[in-house]
Amino acid sequence: MTADMLSQDLTLLIPEILLACGAMALLMLGVFLKGEGANRLVQWLTVGLLAVAGLAALFAMTGEGTAFSGGFIFDSLARFSKVAIGIVAAIAMLLAMPYLQAEKLGKMEYPILVALAAAGMMMMVSANDLISMYMAIELQSLALYVLAAFNRDSLRASEAGLKYFVLGALSSGLLLYGASLVYGFAGATGFNEIAIAVESGPTVGLIFGLVFVICGLAFKVSAAPFHMWTPDVYEGAPTPVTAFFATAPKFAAMILLARVLVEPFGGMVEQWRDVIWILAVLSMGIGAFGALTQTNIKRLMAYSSIANMGYALVAVAAASQTGMWALLVYMVLYMISVIGSFGAILSMRTREGMVEQISDLAGVAQRNPGLGWSITALMFSIGGLPFMVGFFGKFFLIYAAVESGLLILAVLAVLFSVVGAAYYLRVVKTVWFDEGEVEFVPAALSIYWVTRLAGLATVALLPVVGWVVYRAVSVGLTVL
Amino acid sequence: MFGEFEAFLSILTFVPAIGALVIALFRFTARPEDQALIDRNSRLVAWVATMVTLVLSIILVANFDRETAGFQFVHEIEWLAEIGMGYRLGVDGISVLFVLLTAGLMPLCIMASGAIEKRVADYMIAFLLLETLVIGVFCALDLVVFYIFFEGGLIPMFIIIGVWGGQNRVYAAFKFFLYTLLGSVLMLVAMVYMFLQSGTTDITALLDYEFARNAQMWMWLAFFASFAVKMPMWPVHTWLPDAHVQAPTAGSVILAGVLLKLGGYGFLRFSIPMFPEASDYFAPLVFALSIIAIIYTSLVAFRQTDIKKLIAYSSVAHMGFVTMGLFAMNETGVQGAIFQMISHGVISGALFLCVGVIYDRMHTREIAFYGGLVHRMPAYAAIFALFTMANVGLPGTSGFIGEIMTMVGAFQVSWWIATGAAAGVILSAMYMLTMYRDVVFGEMTNPKLETITDLNRMEWAIFIPLIIMTLWLGVSSTVVTDITAASVDNLITNYNAALPAPAQ
Repeated sequence: MTADMLSQDLTLLIPEILLACGAMALLMLGVFLKGEGANRLVQWLTVGLLAVAGLAALFAMTGEGTAFSGGFIFDSLARFSKVAIGIVAAIAMLLAMPYLQAEKLGKMEYPILVALAAAGMMMMVSANDLISMYMAIELQSLALYVLAAFNRDSLRASEAGLKYFVLGALSSGLLLYGASLVYGFAGATGFNEIAIAVESGPTVGLIFGLVFVICGLAFKVSAAPFHMWTPDVYEGAPTPVTAFFATAPKFAAMILLARVLVEPFGGMVEQWRDVIWILAVLSMGIGAFGALTQTNIKRLMAYSSIANMGYALVAVAAASQTGMWALLVYMVLYMISVIGSFGAILSMRTREGMVEQISDLAGVAQRNPGLGWSITALMFSIGGLPFMVGFFGKFFLIYAAVESGLLILAVLAVLFSVVGAAYYLRVVKTVWFDEGEVEFVPAALSIYWVTRLAGLATVALLPVVGWVVYRAVSVGLTVL
Repeated sequence: MFGEFEAFLSILTFVPAIGALVIALFRFTARPEDQALIDRNSRLVAWVATMVTLVLSIILVANFDRETAGFQFVHEIEWLAEIGMGYRLGVDGISVLFVLLTAGLMPLCIMASGAIEKRVADYMIAFLLLETLVIGVFCALDLVVFYIFFEGGLIPMFIIIGVWGGQNRVYAAFKFFLYTLLGSVLMLVAMVYMFLQSGTTDITALLDYEFARNAQMWMWLAFFASFAVKMPMWPVHTWLPDAHVQAPTAGSVILAGVLLKLGGYGFLRFSIPMFPEASDYFAPLVFALSIIAIIYTSLVAFRQTDIKKLIAYSSVAHMGFVTMGLFAMNETGVQGAIFQMISHGVISGALFLCVGVIYDRMHTREIAFYGGLVHRMPAYAAIFALFTMANVGLPGTSGFIGEIMTMVGAFQVSWWIATGAAAGVILSAMYMLTMYRDVVFGEMTNPKLETITDLNRMEWAIFIPLIIMTLWLGVSSTVVTDITAASVDNLITNYNAALPAPAQ
């Protein structure tokens, strides 16, 4: 490989290089400048670093193509995803800062781990080879395992971290086993080469390998029946970590899953569509019914995310251009609503500390109208009800499903969304109808504004949704 | 003069939302100690916003061209055009009067909300949002825009019932929301299917598109699931009595006066013109359900001890006349159905306001609690009598015209349908008059009633426009039918043209 080719390859990795080098530089900074002030500085710099990395993917990158002999791809899908990941990770970091300070968790490792996880996610959406896929997933997961147990003095957080690690390791094993089967039967690890092998006819070995790969990735997106870790980890992990878990990693894993299914295994749609179909229905069902009886709002969000990943899988099952852009639109709108909801959950702080019961929200609309209206808009948006933007996410994926002839899946999806509406309504009911005394202390500025702006965005973005769709449509068209 | 002004309809639709935004801005930025002041002023802002909407909709109807069947005041903005969608509003003869009805009832609702004391600003925001969403439903000329307005209305109504409702309000609010949502999501899937088949969500284009017979059947059923719940038709009407009883007075007025019309409007806008063959096929089903609704719910109404519940069941019965008239598919029937919807909007709204008057004073709606009100409240008794009679369908009131037209229309299809409906008219006299007698006449035996006072000025101001409308429509039905004639004519012509010629 000549130096010229190498530099050409490296220009396709600008966001990742920025993040990896930045994280290391910040690590050094944090180590040498000890103290509370240094931690704050590192946190702020990380927010900036994440945003710059995301924006770099949008503005600084001109060329598209593959690097490292096809192992890494930068295309419009990767560009779109990296921008989303960078921005969402930056917002999640913003949300975390006041929490970390209040809970005395403000160590400088936290932002570094977030940056490394984000680097892993950005590589995930660019993976074009089984090896780079696995490497990216592990980079992301290892950082997340540590984050889950970041509050090491809390029993629940340690338990969450351990659970996440053990089950995550299991899923990595499944994934790796599947990947080795695929390699064995396709004779290559590159996605392009696998696609050629698949074209010549799916063999039993390939199908076997693919199913294992899907199972491994289903763990990462917490699709049922691989969802068991989600409620416990969501509940146990520190809330800002949960906010991060619920957004960027889910997005990255979902994009990766879609890419693996559509690009190398596009020729085996008939084989994998049934698998995704079942995963989608189970996720929507278990997510919807499981959430009905939850009393802890973080567990509720966990089940809600299981259900919503089920909806995203509906778009994947469509296996079409429409499905691809519907997936992108859905995930972006979903992340806006979820990050806002976690802002609201982080606002649930009384003088004694954080509270997490849904019943603690009783009467919030009366005492704190801004928070009350925001929660209302965000919950309806996650539930996919008009006139919130979340509706468009659901609408387009139903559109994609019907277009691909998956009518039964579309009908099941809307029926489960009614069940889902019941528990989002329960939160709204608590906020509006019930009387309560739990007084929240005024939220920190970043939490306050993320919640309000996300709440406003779910309504105000309605006219702008066209732009997101337009971007996503052009991405969806180039992928296939 | 306003016909050339493109955005007129959008402005009309969003004026209430702007009012809501104004209240919200003050509500969220004010200090806690100023909330009382904001509550007071929000009533005024809400009233002004609804009055502006009313004036605009009167201008709309005055400038409406009665000769053409097509859509007027069309406003289009490119939106999601890449995939064939768009923001489109417009009205025709079928929808324009519903806009006026909504805009007319809203200021009355705001005025009738004097008894609301807690969280007035939120209440007004919810009502204004609801008005925008409901007017939007009647104006929407795009499937997706229609669905957004149609479903979006559930959210403010859920909050209105749940926060300012009666004892059992949480149950009623959930039931209302989930029931209607379940019906509507099936419609959403059908809409997506229509979109994919025709490649557009433009309602004007879809009206000319011919769907395959088999697909029509499924889509008709999906739309029926939504509209039948909204109507509501027997046997999916059970959410209505709960919602009505628990909702605050103004909420009941809007529910009965406007939200129940969404179902009928949906049949007119979608089911009948877009799926004519399926409508023809399923018409007997609709007739059967209508007759059951008319007779069964009338009998149920007769057994009610709660005045609001009684009127709620009577609404279901009266909506039965609407569905019967619509699917009779002749000029008289459809005109009558539209007339009945407008008239029922005025009359049932007025009846709920009548209940509200005594509920505000005594905080109970039990029929047994009252009796002999005529001695203390003569003016109230007279007004209540007028609307009771109008609900029964006394000639000279608007109720009569709607019922007789739908029955004549149904008679042309089959005499037994009309007979069943006629039985409903008799039954309605039975339950309404019994209720009226028990509440208003007789000896005043309940000592608590001795201090009850007659109508105050605000209540007079609310009732006078309703009285005028009831009587005016009752003697001069052409006010309505002239406006709707061209569009209805067009609807029926297209419908008959779309059906395969009957075998000779």
